[in-house]
Parts: sequence; structure tokens; C-alpha cells
Amino acid sequence: MPYALFLLAMLVVLALCWRFLGAYMAAVYEGRTAWLAFLERPVYRLLRLDPEVEQSWQRYAGALVAYSAVAIAVVYGMQRLQGHLFLDPQHLGAVSPALAFNTAVSFVTNTNWQNYAGETTMSYLTQMGALAVQNFASASVGIAVAVALIRGFARRSSPTIGNFWVDLVRGVLYILLPISLVAAVVFVGQGALQTFAGPVSVHDALNGVTQVIPRGPVASQEVIKQLGTNGGGFFNANGADPFENPTGLTNFLSAALILSIPVSLTYTFGKMVGNLREGVAILAVMAVLFGGWLAIANTAELGGNPAVAAAGIAHQGGGNMEGKEVRFGVAQSTFYDVASTQTSTGSVDGANDSYTPMGGFALLTGMMLGEVSPGGVGSGLYTILLFAIVAVFIGGLMVGRTPEYLGKKIQAREVKLAALGVLVMPITVLVLSAIAVSLPAGRSAALNGGPHGFSEILYAFTSQANNNGSAFAGLSGNTPFYNILGGLAMLLGRFAIIVPTLALAGTLAAKPAVAASSGTFRTDTPLYAGLLLGVILIVGALTFFPAVSLGPIVEQLSHGRFFS
Amino acid sequence: MLTHLRRAVVVSIVLFVLCGLAYPAFETGVAQLLFPHQANGSLTRNGSTLAGQAFSAPRWFTGRPEPVGASPDASGAANLGPRSSLLLKDVRRTAAQLRRAGITPTNDLVTTSGSGFDPDISPTDAAAEAPAVARANHLSLAAVRRIIAQNTTGRELGFLGSPRVNVLRLNEALARLEHRPR
Repeated sequence: MPYALFLLAMLVVLALCWRFLGAYMAAVYEGRTAWLAFLERPVYRLLRLDPEVEQSWQRYAGALVAYSAVAIAVVYGMQRLQGHLFLDPQHLGAVSPALAFNTAVSFVTNTNWQNYAGETTMSYLTQMGALAVQNFASASVGIAVAVALIRGFARRSSPTIGNFWVDLVRGVLYILLPISLVAAVVFVGQGALQTFAGPVSVHDALNGVTQVIPRGPVASQEVIKQLGTNGGGFFNANGADPFENPTGLTNFLSAALILSIPVSLTYTFGKMVGNLREGVAILAVMAVLFGGWLAIANTAELGGNPAVAAAGIAHQGGGNMEGKEVRFGVAQSTFYDVASTQTSTGSVDGANDSYTPMGGFALLTGMMLGEVSPGGVGSGLYTILLFAIVAVFIGGLMVGRTPEYLGKKIQAREVKLAALGVLVMPITVLVLSAIAVSLPAGRSAALNGGPHGFSEILYAFTSQANNNGSAFAGLSGNTPFYNILGGLAMLLGRFAIIVPTLALAGTLAAKPAVAASSGTFRTDTPLYAGLLLGVILIVGALTFFPAVSLGPIVEQLSHGRFFS
Repeated sequence: MLTHLRRAVVVSIVLFVLCGLAYPAFETGVAQLLFPHQANGSLTRNGSTLAGQAFSAPRWFTGRPEPVGASPDASGAANLGPRSSLLLKDVRRTAAQLRRAGITPTNDLVTTSGSGFDPDISPTDAAAEAPAVARANHLSLAAVRRIIAQNTTGRELGFLGSPRVNVLRLNEALARLEHRPR
């Protein structure tokens, strides 16, 4: 019953976000709101930029890549130099080069894969000034790409798709900062840390125990990590840490923040292309996938942990509590982790590695579908729109007619770009996982034995290539092998999809509109939504079934067997 | 390209100042003004109410069996898989320890948490520990049950999260009970 109310409240909150945040974001990216012009205009002056001047897709992509390259250098440099900079109360030294590279790529690509424990590796300055800054920036970059693609559909015979710098700045100023400013206060009120004071040692006279409580500016980083679907925790335990996520209320808000922008962007999309029903069709596909995967995960987790059952604990009231926190309970904890893996967030409020076989299956395969349900901020929408183009292409093949989508003819170039964008992730995951399981350096990092050890490796590359960042964290990823290979996976999973997406935006924007006729396959109908759903599921299943069957599926079928 | 790079550097500086310094500094100011207790770690005389501790003596309520003894500065889960023979062994060992202490093992008391220092146990867990704690402290079971009820926190707004008992607060209440003249 409490969980039913939890779901209902989540639906209400997301519906309100969809309608109002979605409309607001359309206004932001169409330049119809300027309440922060007093902050915005000086930034453009510093950039020596006329915000009215737009860019071709090539210049847009060039600016995006240039910014990301500089950002990687900055984040890398700050980690290496943190010992010589300020706000380092724990006197932590420089981060090792391979780890600093992995982490820099991780935060700039919106992945937030963490091969480190924050409390013992990163100074406050690195956390705030390098990592959290990228929580804002990489999220804004993701939304910018989605908006550029929407403009490609919405515009007629246009040589430009917007201005990257304007989209980047407006996303941070108008969307991410205001929401974070408010939400962080709620998190602190519930118990999240927000201080520049260093760790504190406390002694319990009752118990004779002395503990060190690490501290820092946590709440401010916590809310943007969720809102921007970044996911990198201030502390190693991430959203399971009581100092990051102290109560059931913050747990609910975390999941709501994670889902808010990706869900709302479907309204923004419908609004900007001039037909809200197009956005609803996309949202419906996302919702069906999310609901299905949530049901699998919840059922599996509420069923309890096989090892606990085998140890003779007959009554696992509540379900699989291994790796979960008492204050959240199994159902609501699982909701958070599903929301986090079906977006590109990757924050966790429990140990994904200790999920039941089918619970872990749901987390892993949620990412494998390309993170489109609803996916990361921006990345979810642009990825599902790539699938949408593949879907109209397949629909067009069936009836022998040149496909159209949103009034644009979909021809060879568009289909090639969309197919490229769809295939980059699976190829990256499968090739890198195959390399890792073939080499001792890859295999030795797994903590668990048997099929679960394989799952840990497969999960790592799936997570990084999808820019998710969650882990089956038993894997010891802080080795040069995993730091470098993982960094490669994150770069490919981000930029090898963004560049074709922007190219697509450019070619679409340049096209004239074709008038809809009686022969046009409508894309705002349940029939089309069903086709799109089918395409996503079939592409995902065909690509990943063999790999998944070696991991979670074998594990599920190994009744009564335990592995060391 | 040079224009792109110049703008990339300038925008990096702008975002560093705005999101990396001004935003967390402003939040810290607001937090220290409105919620100084929470913002600084919910510290009480005997530790933080958000950090689980390893209470091992029989006279105290015990928290969850954390892998490295409830250390907030080494947070993180055990990460053992659902078909791990190590997990099976750990659960068996913990269950046997609980039985030896006269406690019927419950789900939360044999499993490790996600943070590695879960500050709470469920009311069911506390009830399972109550008879052993009452015996060890020469208290009546009813008195122990009363302090469990007094220290049980409900769900936020009635439906968010799970009901829970903060182990540190519960043990502080127990200590007060013992010091009261009988």
C-alpha cells in the first residue's frame, strides 16, 4: 500500500513536470523567456558572442567537441593538482594519471563511472569545482544535442540548428541551477551534509567506539547529480550513504529529480515540432519499457535473496535486503535503482551487485536497450529519436514508400546516420567485454565467481558505453586496464553518438517539409508507438541475448548452486 | 577552431565560478543558517544519528552486520552476488551468532547494507532483539518494548521509505532507562 502511494505520487509529480517543466524548457530553447538576462548577457559578452547568430551542424559539433576536450583537460588537471590547490582539508594527494583520465572522461560524458571512493580520493575543490561543474555542464550539453535534433525536425530548409554556446549556457542558467538551488535545501533539511568543515572524529561513550565522519559540500552536489542524470556520489556508497540520501523523502525526491527532465523533454519535443501527440507517442514507449522493467525488478527483489533463503532464514519479510538500506525498504529502493539505470544516471541507493539474478537482469538490460526509457537528460530523447527513424524506415519498407517522420523525408543518409548512432553502443559493449574476459587483467578484477563474475565485467562496459555510471561494484575497476578501456567506452558511447546525431539534425533542418497525404504513415498513433517499441526491443534482444544468457540468465537457472 | 577553444576556456571559467564556487558556497550559507545540525553531520553526544555503529556488547541493541564494522569513512557495500558461496557462509555465520545470543535471526540482521553503516534496523529486528537485551540489562521485556515504540520513526508523509528504529537513539534511551533508580 505505501508503495502504491509512492508510485501514484511519482506519477503526479512527473505529470506536473511533463506539462510545466516541458513547456518551460521549450520556452528556454526557443528564446521566449529571459528572466535571467542579467546573468546571461555578461556571459555572452565574455564569450564575445552574439547569441542571435546560429551555427551549422558542423560548427555546432565543433564547438561541442572543443568544449568537451577542454573540460576533460580541466577535470584531469584539477585532480592531478588538487594537493597544491585550496579546499583540501584532508590533504589528499594527486589522483593517479589513469584514474584521473577515467574520471575526467566519466564526468564530461555524463557517465560518472567512479573507480574511486570520493571520501578518500577527491578534495572538496575537485568535487565542487571539477566534478559537480561537469554535472551541470555535461547535462546541459546532452539537452542541447536533443534540442538541436528537435530543431532539425521543426525547421524547414534551414542551414543552422542553433548556437551551442547559447544552448549550453541557457540550460545551466535557466533549468539546472534554479531547480538545484531549491532542491538542495530540502536535502539538507532531511540530513544531507553541506559544510566546508573537514572530517570529524566522534567518540561513543556507551559503546567505546570512535568513528571518523567524512563531510563536505554534499547536498549541493547530490541534487545536481540526480537532476542532471549524472550519478556520481560524493561518497563511495553514493545514494545509499545516509549523509547523501538520509530519508525516504529524499529517496523519493532523488528518483523524481532523475526522471523529471528526461520525461519532460518529450513535452518539449512535441511542443517544438508543433504536435504534442508526437511527444506523447514517444513518452508512451518510454513508459511501457520503464513499467515492464520496474515490474521485473520489483518482483525479483521482493522475492528475496537465494543465499539468505539457503542459509535457513525462512521469512525474508520485505524481500532481498542484502545491500539495501532499512530506511528505504526493498520496493522503493528498487524503484530508485531502476530509474537510475533506465536514465543515464547510475547513482545507486543500494548494491546493484547484490540484486537477485533477475533484479540484476532488469538493471543491466535496462541500459542495454540504449537508455531510452526515459534515458538521460537529452541523450534519452535523441537516442529514442534515432530508433524512431529506424522504425519509420522499417515501416516504409513494409509498404514500399519513402518514409517520412515529422514532415521530413527519411532517405539513405538519415537512415545511415541513425543506424550508426544505434549501433555504436552495442559494438562498444560487446567488443570491449570480449577483450576483458579474454585477458587476465580483465578477469582478475571480478569479485564474485561463476556467472556473476562475468556479469560484473559485462555490466561495467554496458554502463560505461551507455554513459550510465552504475556498477556491479564488486569489480575492482581502478586498474590501468579498466581505467583506460572504460574511458574509451565512455568517449565512444558519448561522442560517436552525438556527432552522427548532430549531422542528422543538420541534414533534417536543411530539408523542406513534405505535406502529409493519405499515404503518410502517422507517427502520433498507438500503432506507430507499438512499432517503435518493437524495434527497440528487437534490436536490444538480438544484440545482447547471448551475452546476457551467460550472466544473469545462467545465474537465475542455477537453482541450489553457489559459486565462489 | 581557435574561436571554439577560446570560448571553451572562457565558458569553463564562468561555469567554475558559477556552479563550482558560487552555488555550493551559497547553499552552504543557507544550510548553515537554516539547518546547522543536519548540515554538519547530525552529531550528538555519542556520534552521528546517521552513522551506524558496531554495537557488540550483549547489553546493547545491535545494528546490521556491516562488512568493515560500520565505518562512514570507508563507505560501500559488500557487493556479494545472490549466488555467492561467501554470502551464504556470512549469512549462516551471522545467523548462528544471533542464535547464540538468544536472538531469532531476521532478514535485516543477517544481511549487510548498501552504505556499509546503516544507522537503522526495522521494528521487527528490534522486537527480535528485545528479549535478549532485556535479559542482559535485567529489565522487563515490556520496558524494552516501550522504548522501541518510542524510538520508532514512521514513513515520511506516511508512505515514503520504511518504518525504522535508529540504533544509536535506541541505545541512548536504553542507557537512560538503566540509570533511572528502580
